[in-house]
Amino acid sequence: MFSYPTSVDSLFNELARLSRDLGGPYGASGMPASIRAAARGTFPAINIGASDDEVEVYAFAPGIDTSSLDLSVQRNVLTVAGERKLERQPDAEYYLNERMSGSFRRVMSLPDDVDPDKVEANYRDGVLHIRMQRSEQGKPRQIRLQ
Amino acid sequence: MNEKTDMTTAERSRTLPRQGDGEIELLPAVDIYENDAGITLEADLPGVSRDRLDIQIDHNNLTIEGEVAVEVSENVKPLYADVRGTRYRRSFSLSPELDTENVDANLGNGVLSLKIPKRAELQPRRIEVKAH
Repeated sequence: MFSYPTSVDSLFNELARLSRDLGGPYGASGMPASIRAAARGTFPAINIGASDDEVEVYAFAPGIDTSSLDLSVQRNVLTVAGERKLERQPDAEYYLNERMSGSFRRVMSLPDDVDPDKVEANYRDGVLHIRMQRSEQGKPRQIRLQ
Repeated sequence: MNEKTDMTTAERSRTLPRQGDGEIELLPAVDIYENDAGITLEADLPGVSRDRLDIQIDHNNLTIEGEVAVEVSENVKPLYADVRGTRYRRSFSLSPELDTENVDANLGNGVLSLKIPKRAELQPRRIEVKAH
């Protein structure tokens, strides 16, 4: 679930993360975890929101070269993949080394009615923001009582 | 513990998430390394822009705080969230040989890079040995 702590300090950090994990499937905010949800520390962290018209995905992926990003939507499954290569300083002594380095991939299921042809994405302050339109037929309709 | 590890030892009391007040504090992932010139700290602060980042050095305490600001359209309701707070905070204690007057801070693509040099008089010097 998490990597082996290398020092007392990273152990404390792991405990901090663990205590948040223990919010359970219905964490502090009452939001259900996805069946594809991964353990904390998975890169990038993702938030998803939806309105009647669109679905918004935020991937917290700091320090990424956007040319390394590979985004795809197949039906209602979104895949965010890419690479973050951190140069390790050769002549330095490391005290903490928590930041993810290497390739990553996350797969998220979205509401069924997203339109894969209407997707916009931008990257700002280390957050990848993906907006997808929902198709007309998926929108809720008011039903009038006769 | 020797002085060098100070930056990594004094933070724990402040970094556990405080959930009592309803707001979850996020603990940013950091890399900290040291070479002859000084200490470099790199922190992942995705969603924090320059004007929402606050770095403070008070005596020997370094505190990094940042607020996440992402654009959210109207009527969007959360479906799923890995990130359940909007504020990052983490603090470290510095050791006295660090020159806190000359810290260089850089924020780009959600990554903060802080370079804290050692005081010039305390930087290691190479002693040339002259041949006769």
